[in-house]
Amino acid sequence: MRFDLILRVGAKLVLPFILLFALYVQFHGDYGPGGGFQAGVIAAGMVILYALIFGIRAAKQIAPPAIVEMMVPLGVLLYAGTGMAGIFLGDNFLEYTAFAHDFLHAHEWGIFTVELGVLITVCSTMIVMFYAFVERGRS
Amino acid sequence: MSALNWGAAEPHLPILLVMTPIFGALFSTFLRRGVLAWLLALIVTLSLPLMSITLLLKVLETGQPIIYKIGNWDAPFGIVYKVDQLSAYVLCVISFIGAVILPYARRSIAAEIEEPAQSWYITMYLLCLGGLLGIVITGDAFNAFVFLEISSLSTYVLIALGRHRRALLASYQYLIMGTIGATFYIIGVGLLYLVTGTLNFDDLSQRLSTAVADPGMRNATLTALGFIVVGLALKLALFPMHVWLPNAYAYAPSVATAFLAGTATKAAIYLLIRVVFSVFGTALSVEALPIPDLLLVLSLAAMFLASFSAVFENNAKRMLAYSSVAQVGYIMLGVALANQASMTGALAHIANHAIMKTALFLALGAVFYRIGSVLYSDMSGIGRKMPLTMAAFAIAGIGLMGTPGTSGFISKWYLAIGAIDAGLYSVVFMIVASSLISVVYIGRITEVVWFREPSPAAATAKEAPLSMLIPLWLLAGLTVYLGFDTRLTADVSAKAADILIGGIR
Amino acid sequence: MMDALQQFSAHYNYYITIFLMISGLFIVIARGNLIKKLIGLSLFQTSVYLLYLTPAKIVGGTAPIYDKNFTVYANPLPHVLMLTAIVVGVATLALGLALVVRIKEAYGTVEEDEIFTKDPESE
Repeated sequence: MRFDLILRVGAKLVLPFILLFALYVQFHGDYGPGGGFQAGVIAAGMVILYALIFGIRAAKQIAPPAIVEMMVPLGVLLYAGTGMAGIFLGDNFLEYTAFAHDFLHAHEWGIFTVELGVLITVCSTMIVMFYAFVERGRS
Repeated sequence: MSALNWGAAEPHLPILLVMTPIFGALFSTFLRRGVLAWLLALIVTLSLPLMSITLLLKVLETGQPIIYKIGNWDAPFGIVYKVDQLSAYVLCVISFIGAVILPYARRSIAAEIEEPAQSWYITMYLLCLGGLLGIVITGDAFNAFVFLEISSLSTYVLIALGRHRRALLASYQYLIMGTIGATFYIIGVGLLYLVTGTLNFDDLSQRLSTAVADPGMRNATLTALGFIVVGLALKLALFPMHVWLPNAYAYAPSVATAFLAGTATKAAIYLLIRVVFSVFGTALSVEALPIPDLLLVLSLAAMFLASFSAVFENNAKRMLAYSSVAQVGYIMLGVALANQASMTGALAHIANHAIMKTALFLALGAVFYRIGSVLYSDMSGIGRKMPLTMAAFAIAGIGLMGTPGTSGFISKWYLAIGAIDAGLYSVVFMIVASSLISVVYIGRITEVVWFREPSPAAATAKEAPLSMLIPLWLLAGLTVYLGFDTRLTADVSAKAADILIGGIR
Repeated sequence: MMDALQQFSAHYNYYITIFLMISGLFIVIARGNLIKKLIGLSLFQTSVYLLYLTPAKIVGGTAPIYDKNFTVYANPLPHVLMLTAIVVGVATLALGLALVVRIKEAYGTVEEDEIFTKDPESE
């Protein structure tokens, strides 16, 4: 497939829009259907499509395995850290009230950071799983 | 009278108890070295028993459950963590076992797991611990499922990292069975949600009592009860749903076996007790469906058939695994009889069995560390070379038989009283008879270990290192100590049993 | 007859759920191929999503996103629960497949009966 020109050019055209759509799904999650899980899978789909067409080695250059592997616990840490922030600000775990001046804004911020954590973890987990299965039996 | 001063963190202890191991797991993934991850995990796990003991003391002192509202949302709408006598007691058992294994784990893991996987192994250990604590502390049926899966998924990894290739197969089989069990549980919870529209345990029990007046709702509720009991029975390895357990325990790395034998089935037992007694209550689980009768038959079958399998086993780890199935039978027997004394015995046996079985598996882990095998043929005469290890093994083994003067006796005593209270004198006889079978299988390995000529493998063995002996002897000492001082186990169990039975009869 | 048909059509979603549930469980039990077992397991788990999701639909309700023009919304809670269950399912499937890959490397086969002949029970 390496010399399939149409596929390669077509993919290059589509790839940025996939990422853009992922970001749309992520950030528009406040007002419409969406959120970290869906956005994470779509963003990971971009990397996987790239790997399918340009090869796993090229994919590893844009998404290095070491960094992706670090991102898995990082996202969960962001989520859990948001929960702990509630405790440090004198409220309960995962209580967002103290994050901003009023209730709605505080919850917007709380959910925003939590969803960001979800995005990071879901996206990187999908990529790590893909790498792990693709690598197997090659070496 | 709180023994420890937690300052401002005090009201947050229920959530910290779950989040500390999970944070530990997250940070240990960043530490690529096994030693560093182990040090972190040591600090984390040692803090957990302190937290759970504080919670237990507080609950015992006030007599009121501690409620922690996640996100400060009120009970039926948000998830609450609820610590009452029962859950605080089980939390203490799980966190204590989780902590006591860790000093031992360093050498064992270094010998059995390759370096790149070591820090991941610690991660999985901490995740599993956090999941198990979460199952026990949560007051929400679906949250319990999530924690059940967190602990199960990490357990599959812990087992699969065993050295023999059969560890992979054992892990795969456990994955299939465990997932079916957990899925049965959420099918049951889903039906309950359809009937009541709530997932909070307390709210569920209130609404169920009125909802079952409608015959359609009643059928759905009973179906839910059936699904939940079968699903959790798979998880806790109740006979005949135990087939995944012997291989999983036999081929997992020593640390994982000791940890799982002490904690994993106990958390599932807790959840079953919680659902059957606190949520459904006797009106449904005893009168409408004969759940206790069913459990009674199955646990008696477990006590005998699994014990017989243990007698003829030639792999020491698998022998103890079958014995675990039998001991789960004792616990479930106490649950099935469902009176004050039997429930006390069952709950006391949760702690006693966790301590004894962990001690036994730790001793076998030390043997494996020295000679690389736990087959009877390789272990013959090992007692002369590793006297301290095998002496601790013998003490815990005597406890397992239920000899007076050990903790095993206390729990069986209460079970027997419970059986008499229930008017089932034949069950008393069966408890004694099944204990005699455990005399045979423990006696058989004792004979192999102490009275035979050392095998070629055993001849060159040395005594286990101190870091392994200390946790081992701590547990062996506790087995004897708890046989005399029952304040920690039976008295607390009796209070917990009061809550469960008090609401019913 | 009409009654039974009406009863069926009113609850068709549950019949589909039960059908998926049973076929998934049947595949897990009846198949000896480790991959096929995992597919059955996945099917079994998926049926639970339907069990939760179909009752969440409220007749005339829209997606549960606040809007001034609507007053009736679908119940969002089952959707959130199933999002979690889907993640659990994906994790289980991935872990199961990873185990099968390792089993294939260790035994050279993914057929249960062949694996058992390679590792006799006693050793």
